Amino acid sequence: MMHLHKLTVRRGRRVVLDGVDLSLNAGEFAALLGPNGAGKTTLLRAALGLLPATGHSSVAALPLAGRARAAAFLPQTRDIAWPMPVADIVALGGVAQTPDPAQVEQALTALDLLPLRHRPATELSGGEQARVLIARALAQDTPLLLADEPIAGLDPAAQIAAMRVFARRAAAGRTVLASLHDPGLAARHCTRLILMKGGRIHADGPPMDVLTADNLAQVFGIRAHVTEGPHGPIFQALDLAPPRGD
Amino acid sequence: MVGRGLRAAALACGLALPAAAGDAPARVVSMNLCTDQLALMLAAPGQLVSVSALSQDPRASVMAAEAQALPPNHGLAEEIFLLRPDLVLAGRFSSPATLDMLRRLGLRVETFDPESTLDDIRANLRRMGEVLGRDATRTIAQFDADLAALPPPATPRPRAASYGANSYAEGPDSLAGQIIAAAGFTNIAAERGLSFGGTLPLEVLMLASPDLILRGAPYPGASRAEAVLDHPGLRHLAPQHRTDRDWVCGTPRILHAITDLQKAAAP
Amino acid sequence: MSRLLLALSLLVAALFTASLLIGPARVPPLPSLHALFTGNDPMLTLVMREVRLPRALLGLMVGAALGLSGAALQGFLRNPLAEPGLIGASGAAALGAVLAIQTGLAAAFPLGLPLAALAGAMASVALILLLAGPRGGALTLILAGVALSALAGAATSLVLNLSPNPFAANEIIFWMMGSLADRSLLHVGIALPFMIAGGALLLSLGPGLQALTLGEDAAASSGIRMGALRWRLVLGVAAMVGAATAVAGAIGFVGLAAPHVLRRAVGGSPARLLPASALGGAALVLAADIAVRLLMPDRDLKLGVLTALVGTPFFLHLILRMRREGA
Repeated sequence: MMHLHKLTVRRGRRVVLDGVDLSLNAGEFAALLGPNGAGKTTLLRAALGLLPATGHSSVAALPLAGRARAAAFLPQTRDIAWPMPVADIVALGGVAQTPDPAQVEQALTALDLLPLRHRPATELSGGEQARVLIARALAQDTPLLLADEPIAGLDPAAQIAAMRVFARRAAAGRTVLASLHDPGLAARHCTRLILMKGGRIHADGPPMDVLTADNLAQVFGIRAHVTEGPHGPIFQALDLAPPRGD
Repeated sequence: MVGRGLRAAALACGLALPAAAGDAPARVVSMNLCTDQLALMLAAPGQLVSVSALSQDPRASVMAAEAQALPPNHGLAEEIFLLRPDLVLAGRFSSPATLDMLRRLGLRVETFDPESTLDDIRANLRRMGEVLGRDATRTIAQFDADLAALPPPATPRPRAASYGANSYAEGPDSLAGQIIAAAGFTNIAAERGLSFGGTLPLEVLMLASPDLILRGAPYPGASRAEAVLDHPGLRHLAPQHRTDRDWVCGTPRILHAITDLQKAAAP
Repeated sequence: MSRLLLALSLLVAALFTASLLIGPARVPPLPSLHALFTGNDPMLTLVMREVRLPRALLGLMVGAALGLSGAALQGFLRNPLAEPGLIGASGAAALGAVLAIQTGLAAAFPLGLPLAALAGAMASVALILLLAGPRGGALTLILAGVALSALAGAATSLVLNLSPNPFAANEIIFWMMGSLADRSLLHVGIALPFMIAGGALLLSLGPGLQALTLGEDAAASSGIRMGALRWRLVLGVAAMVGAATAVAGAIGFVGLAAPHVLRRAVGGSPARLLPASALGGAALVLAADIAVRLLMPDRDLKLGVLTALVGTPFFLHLILRMRREGA
């Protein structure tokens, strides 16, 4: 679905994305985890060709219209410039394609936006706007969905609902890659976790393999407790990790 | 020219003594185009020490040649003060700040109203004679005689409009209006109820069907204000007559303007 | 939607007719129209065809150009404060026009005037995009615009003051406030080709601006070529504002007020706002030009005075709202 090879982004002399190799397959809901500044947003944008990068990205290598057909992007900044009705925002396509009205309806329903569909999006709360933008990305109906912190700022119910929507989409044979801040939510809903630190992928694999005490201490600097619960992994942050000698 | 010798003597005294009221001033500076020309006509040789730079411009001044013999000033208090005049001649609308400054520095400043009638011309000639200590009687008499010698106006009176930058038309109470009337024309601005002058919209002028349009020579460079004079609607409306430097100031030279205009009226 | 465009078109048509019929020479409407179409009364026909018609046409064209430019700039910069006057494009276009007139370029070949104004507008729009692109905030945009306007205004004053023509120095007011008085069909002729080209460019920006509603990344990832969009915007706005300013001076606030008033009516959509705002701008300038003639028929009251009086409250209202929203 998407292949990255030695994808590297430099900002001035600083290397912000350092030779990342990554392959995502159909049916995967992958979470991109890591502390602030780990390179999550850079990875997503470089993979889409929104940033000048060296190395290879199978999406960025496509012509512009092909990229739009291959992948939908949900940027981190939730900035809706004009007071357009919710339904119109969700139906915003690009030059490549206008979303199918059925997809728009489905996305509105999935994100519980039907009661808001005629309201100007700029008048909604931050959380409601976030749901509108998720719905818009879903309505693109692309094989690949890249989302940058899609659930930040949502209330717990909306977070779980959104994660379920993404998971369902992956289960239907699409691929979702979302950067997230909550290892617990990621572990519960995603099929794969990608742990980033300093512009590199530190660990990559099924949730229980990635969220080891060692990885969490090295990447986030926290002491945490992960157990296998009846409905999936349970994550509990306990304390800051003691400073390490290296 | 016996009087000139006497006056020259008086001038010599004036240089030595502080100018007392009634004495003819010895060093006169004029800082306005129109007072420049009146003074140039009436002053004794050497009495006028500087005129405005504008009066050296042959496009604006009928006495440019005479003015060019004198050092020009630019209406600034400092340069005028340094010329050490005992009389400064200024227009009514010369910069009040400059005039106040000159008065504070102890100079005598005489201001002249712009002339807008033939009577104003006579009055300003007379007054200019008085402040310069010269006799203007003969100049005025000559002006009146020339005026009386003009041929009578044609009947019916042809209709004219003076049309300038920004669609400004001179009314009957302006100097240009007096020239137009004296040359035997009906002024279209007067028909529109403009007294001194004002904006005459192009379409109003066109619908008034004038027999003659009076306009000034275009200035160098270009301006949007003058663009209306090149409007295609105006081009085929009526013959045009150029107003020139004779029209600018109220001096006896307006007689030239009047005779020129009369010639334009006669087809 | 098309009902809105139809209503606006009818309004523009009515104002255009009113503009033809209202003038300092108070001629009854029917003979005026008769003379315009049949040419039966030579003098009245001349007035209608050479004075009134160009004025009404220019009101329509200049208003549409400013309204469309404002809507396009706002859509691209994602900022309702963007306006050709406020960002300095009109001022820079005026500088170009004044330079063309004073150097004799305008007299030497007729397209010199609009081309120079276009160059001025283009330089300023390009500079604004450099300083405050779609990600630049309102503050950057307004500050950059203030600086550019001040610079262009000062340079225009300087050029006019250095002119040997005594009237030129007083014309800074025309270039800053704009007027349609006594313009001829020649002016219509030199502005029209630029406005048609610029209008076609700007109207084609719809899909791009629509996608930009959600930001640059969202637009780029949905297949919008941002670089091409930017250049089409710069060229289109420069052609429109350059041509409008070259013949009518800088008329402010039209590009602000027209999109602002119509934004709700088009459901906020920046694409649908483009044609609506063009019609709205045309209506605004035609109405202002009629008001100018009714209020002070003998004074050549400048158009920009009126549009600023009407437009400033909108501007302040927008600022207040942005403050409330903490943007």
